[in-house]
Amino acid sequence: MERGIAAIGLLHEPVRRALYRYVAAQAHEVSRNEAAQALGIQRGLAAFHLDKLVEAGLLEVASHRRLGGRSGPGAGRPAKLYRRSATEHELTLPPRRYETAAHLLAEVVEASGTDLALYAAAKRHGEALGREATAGNPAASEADAEAVLAERGYEPYREGATLRLRNCPFHSLSSEFPALVCGMNLALLEGLLRQLGPAGAELVARMVPRPGECCVALSPSKTSRN
Amino acid sequence: MDEQRYHLAQFNIGRILAPTDSPQLADFMALLEPINQLADASPGFVWRLQTADGDATALRPYADDRMLINMSVWESLEAMRNFVYSSRHLDPLRRRREWFERMTDHILVLWWVSAGHIPTVDEAKERLELLRRDGPGPEAFTFKEPYPDPRTLAGSERSLRG
Repeated sequence: MERGIAAIGLLHEPVRRALYRYVAAQAHEVSRNEAAQALGIQRGLAAFHLDKLVEAGLLEVASHRRLGGRSGPGAGRPAKLYRRSATEHELTLPPRRYETAAHLLAEVVEASGTDLALYAAAKRHGEALGREATAGNPAASEADAEAVLAERGYEPYREGATLRLRNCPFHSLSSEFPALVCGMNLALLEGLLRQLGPAGAELVARMVPRPGECCVALSPSKTSRN
Repeated sequence: MDEQRYHLAQFNIGRILAPTDSPQLADFMALLEPINQLADASPGFVWRLQTADGDATALRPYADDRMLINMSVWESLEAMRNFVYSSRHLDPLRRRREWFERMTDHILVLWWVSAGHIPTVDEAKERLELLRRDGPGPEAFTFKEPYPDPRTLAGSERSLRG
């Protein structure tokens, strides 16, 4: 709890928050130089704030690599590379333990073999989210679809015509119950797309797992190619 | 120094909800070939049980003729886990309840074999029995509760004694 408050408090500072967001959004590890350039700030300032974020457990130092491939004497100090920490920070006030409840419920759903009932509920939930997102906007575009996904914590990014999702919002659950929870997530996204109007109709949710990311990707449906 | 290497064997059973040629099983049967091809091409894949059809769905080693089996060997736990949970195999896996009955007891068992050894179905059935009787142990275990291979185990015992 104290650690969560400290971590979140640290993000109040605008430069630190921008640095955190920048590093978290990259598919690669980020050097101090890159971060400084991206934000248009001094390298020393970027280094100071990046290390503060590491201290708080929001970022981690991925590796020390000599950029440019030089090594040996005269190559200078190896560059410090940063990436988002795998540590999860959760702050709920008053204190709640939904994570514990979710794990217990998932264990029982798996043991009782009621996967399909969970998928049906997830689909209805996704549909409700979609209706909420497109209320008063029947012509939702693909950019709107992306915004809804971002709002739900999926961190979408484009890869050609496909929308990949950098973050799994159910990470600890999907690690313990991959088939069940990834199936639930797929059903949720299918429901969401169904209610997203034309944007939703152009995309189809598919299970295409990739390490460290959400297992679902949204790719163009066949009908949208003509 | 013992240079014996080990591979990981996997055996699982599943009671189908309808015959393999029924509409209910159609998607499952259609997915067998592409998913098996994916397994064969996956890093760390060693061997899988198959008949001339290219899969193991024709085999019925249990009295119950709805009980299908599947068996494979992998170079490591990590390689097998990557295929099972982090490849397109996850798609048929999440649909398991469309095709297979829920069973209350273990349906999947893992155990270490000497590299090069191809396990038999009888051997596999014994391992599953062992898991069901005694729970996970070094001779028969699960993804949730894995055990290190005998060489690693011996090594860690040596270092504990040392």
